[in-house]
Amino acid sequence: MNLSIKEIEKEIIEEFELFDNWVDKYEYLIDLGKSLPKIEEHEKTNENIISGCQSQVWLNAKKQNNEVHFFADSDAIMTKGIIAILIRVLSHQEPKEIINANLDFINTIGLKEQLSPTRANGLVSMIKKMKIYALGFEKKL
Amino acid sequence: MRNEKEIRDLFPLLDIKVNDRPLIYLDNAATTQKSKEVISEIEKFYSLENSNIHRGVHHLSQLSTDNFEKSRITVQNFINAEHNHEIIFTKGTTESINLLASCYREILKKDDEIIISEMEHHSNIVPWQICCQNTGAKLKIIPFDEHGNLDLETFKNLLNTNTKLVAITHISNSLGTINPIEEIIKLSHEKNAKVLIDGAQSAAHVKIDVQNLDADFYCFSAHKLFGPTGVGVLYGKEELLNLLPPYQGGGEMIKEVDFEKTTFAPLPFKFEAGTPNICGVVAFKKAIELIQRIGIDNIKEYEDKLLSYATEKLTKIGGLKIYGQAKLKSAIISFNIEGIHHYDLGLILDKMGIAIRTGHHCTQPVMKKFKIAGTARISFAYYNTFNEIDKCIDAIEKAKKMLL
Ligand SMILES: Cc1ncc(COP(=O)(O)O)c(C=O)c1O
Repeated sequence: MNLSIKEIEKEIIEEFELFDNWVDKYEYLIDLGKSLPKIEEHEKTNENIISGCQSQVWLNAKKQNNEVHFFADSDAIMTKGIIAILIRVLSHQEPKEIINANLDFINTIGLKEQLSPTRANGLVSMIKKMKIYALGFEKKL
Repeated sequence: MRNEKEIRDLFPLLDIKVNDRPLIYLDNAATTQKSKEVISEIEKFYSLENSNIHRGVHHLSQLSTDNFEKSRITVQNFINAEHNHEIIFTKGTTESINLLASCYREILKKDDEIIISEMEHHSNIVPWQICCQNTGAKLKIIPFDEHGNLDLETFKNLLNTNTKLVAITHISNSLGTINPIEEIIKLSHEKNAKVLIDGAQSAAHVKIDVQNLDADFYCFSAHKLFGPTGVGVLYGKEELLNLLPPYQGGGEMIKEVDFEKTTFAPLPFKFEAGTPNICGVVAFKKAIELIQRIGIDNIKEYEDKLLSYATEKLTKIGGLKIYGQAKLKSAIISFNIEGIHHYDLGLILDKMGIAIRTGHHCTQPVMKKFKIAGTARISFAYYNTFNEIDKCIDAIEKAKKMLL
């Protein structure tokens, strides 16, 4: 049985509480970014790109047994770290859960504040795109 | 002699902390910080002088009109224009270029040609593209080499009797190149082409003498030379400005309005429709006076030292590549470190209180030429110090360790 979105959010909040300075937090994000599986070059298309002013993100999704699986990549490592966290929370969940997730944990772990304001736009577009995928899968049911 | 404490004290913002670290502001090509005198002039204007200009007979209107026009004379002297009515106030370089481009839209014909360069800011590309789309005129591009020097041989070949305008940046905001505008102007004039110089990156850093240059048009933004945002200048030779059609219609720019026919006001008012940024223009004077007090040659000499010091130190960082190593450079350094995205570097430096620019710097053709998505960019002003460079270099080394 998968953990629910809320449960994973709680896990992440607890992990981030251990960091008492930005260096540790950033290093953690960088490590997450480095360990995120790359997606193939040919899967980086104009359809799945999220163009930010600063870095680019490619986001793919597929559905298996009514669960959405996300795959993503970025040219910037910090962005990849954020994506890794979002994937950890939203991947392997049912479309309905993804659509309804409010993802409060982003504020709690200080990511929104850390990665704003031009930067937070990227985060917002990423979440939006993930929800749009989920919405698409939900409709096909 | 440069008195470091005195100059730093003039800029209140330099004293703040960012992320609990003393701010190191190295994004001066985007905008510079404002001097105390500029800030207090803004407060003084709104507290004691505010009124609309050129219209009222009352005391305040006289006062603000006088101060507004004094700024025009200060700008005239700053760039050595022949007449004060050759100085048009706009809201910035971008508007100055758009003003000229919209006038040229009225007078260009099919077969006419405009020449720009491959290192232009988008502000000096897009208005001319629109202008060409509307008139059928052709846009020609001067390339630059791998060091960031313009290819003058190609330029000579592009120039012909159809060339109506050459629009070139004085200093590249992404590469730092100081272009040989004297020569470009001379060559253009031999073919009877007019020349617009985009001086956005020059006004706070190098001497500008429009008469000596024989520039037909020259523009810059107040906010890049310690002045307020929302104020810019378009200089144009009197006889050319008189030939151009007006830009926007409205109050202030007319002589007489009749539904049959409206006659336009003389220069400079013909191009200044509506209520301008009066306070900004008035306070701009204080910024120019500061530069005049320090002396632009002293500024240039000091910034050259910052540039060579920083370039030398950066070059020692393994995997670091500088984009733009022209023979003549202003204090702007664009670079990337192998294996590191400029955005990641920018985020980490920000955490250490260091403000640099990352991205394409509104010069996407330059990025395309080097086949990169963007760069990290450090750009200096007179108030920056060698100590700040040392701290920035340390921070880059630290960031590199974190990221690689
Ligand atoms: C070379 C150059 N041209 C034009 C501009 C546009 O200036 P503004 O945004 O003040 O209108 C800039 C500003 O970055 C610039 O560097």
